[in-house]
Amino acid sequence: MGLEYVRISPGFEKYMPKDYVDLVQYGQFGRQIDVQQLGQFKELVEEHPMCAGCFMAYFIRVFYAALPNPEDTIVIGTAGCARLALSQAAVPFVYGNYGDTNAVASGLKRALTIRFPDKEKDVVVIAGDGGLIDIGFGMTMHSWFRREKFTTIMVDNEVYGNTGGQESGMSPKGVQLKMAPKGKQFDKINAVELAKTAGCVYVAKLAPTNPKRIAKTIRRAILAARHFGPTFIHAYTSCNIEYSIPTEKVLEDARKREKQDFGFYEWMTDEVKEYFEEIEKQSQEVKA
Amino acid sequence: MEVLPGPAGYIPTPPAFEGVELPPPGKALLYGKIVDEEIAMREAAKAMLTRRNPTIFPGPLVLWGWNASAMEKAKAVLELAMEIPNCRIIPMPDYRPKYPKIDPEAEINPNHPNLTILHNKIEACIFVGVHCHYANLSLRMIRAGTNCFTIALCAEMGHEDAMVSLRDVHAEEIRRFKDVLVQVREELGIKWEPKLPPENPSLPQENWENLSVVDYGEYSYLLIPRRGEHVTESE
Repeated sequence: MGLEYVRISPGFEKYMPKDYVDLVQYGQFGRQIDVQQLGQFKELVEEHPMCAGCFMAYFIRVFYAALPNPEDTIVIGTAGCARLALSQAAVPFVYGNYGDTNAVASGLKRALTIRFPDKEKDVVVIAGDGGLIDIGFGMTMHSWFRREKFTTIMVDNEVYGNTGGQESGMSPKGVQLKMAPKGKQFDKINAVELAKTAGCVYVAKLAPTNPKRIAKTIRRAILAARHFGPTFIHAYTSCNIEYSIPTEKVLEDARKREKQDFGFYEWMTDEVKEYFEEIEKQSQEVKA
Repeated sequence: MEVLPGPAGYIPTPPAFEGVELPPPGKALLYGKIVDEEIAMREAAKAMLTRRNPTIFPGPLVLWGWNASAMEKAKAVLELAMEIPNCRIIPMPDYRPKYPKIDPEAEINPNHPNLTILHNKIEACIFVGVHCHYANLSLRMIRAGTNCFTIALCAEMGHEDAMVSLRDVHAEEIRRFKDVLVQVREELGIKWEPKLPPENPSLPQENWENLSVVDYGEYSYLLIPRRGEHVTESE
């Protein structure tokens, strides 16, 4: 981990595949990228085997573009759709067993803090609603109770998409799915309130309709986790297969859900707020 | 057990289960037997000089200049490649899975190394600078599904699945192997002027500096949504 690991050995530049040469010359490593430049630099993730029209894949693309220091970041995922793209990115990826991502992340973050006391190393968990709030609920909550300094991002597709469409705790009440023909009997779990109560210092909920806002939220969550404690982002990333959303209607669906129950929501502690005000003031001064 | 070039069939028994042990310092493995380094080096050199499409697969520990010894080792690998007639270098820059597919002429991936071996009809190869767990995985798959003669230049203790496995190999040992190879080449009467292998055949680089959002046509809305279109409280 670090910039020295993305430097090609002298003499081997012409033997490396083009993708890697581009990654070094036109990639994000060691540079600050604005998400609106997407498509104009070599991205950390490109090919992936996710379904056509998958909004989770789009969210992950923006997520990688938003990382403040990709060369000093480790991403942790688990079984589910997201890891299909996460494991193919040019950022170290750890595959946690189903449900224990936040326990793995806790150990990893502590080890990195000991190993690199003078450097900021970011640990980010990206897992689905099943991995974090159903099966991984205990591990997730306890990492927050312990105030572990890493970011948890829930890519909520409201269903177990990989395994045929079983309902999850995050599926909306009443929804009928292929493996839940009677319709879901209870409400969607309020993950955001749980995160606030459990001790997260920065909590956000969003539907990924605006790349700039996604990027800003992700950067804020990672920066706050470095200094203050656990942070959490709840992102709506529809499953167009299990919810039968035509590919061209996926963005429309996200906008609809944004108006209904996924309006942008951001909450942070006072000290985090002060910290952001300070760094945003500094960046404005630099621009001026 | 004799560890010979395959194909050994789907999921072959690991040589470690059949009594093959890793060599002690100063020794090497040849077809699963512990021998002197010199003997193993000569057999490896013969394979690289006489079998079809000899190829070096450098791994991340060599390709990325993460410290001075890695860069020195990379230099030694290039010097070795120059001495092998019609040698190619196909890199393994990292271990992430590559789906839908890799370009087998441009790179090798540890999750399906057989694709690169079979596509390029490689019958002798050298693994160098690949982390042990992924070298083990690749070498087993290659022995299972191809007739490739595998040589592991390992910086640690070696690999049972390779036909020839040298241990504690760093820049200096690679240069020693190169000297042995040149000697064997002369003994075999093969004429060769040292030259670098051909460059990576992947597509020419794109010019990222000239790209603009407009180039993405109907998809540009995913990059820059119209302001105020649907979200007013965004920034």
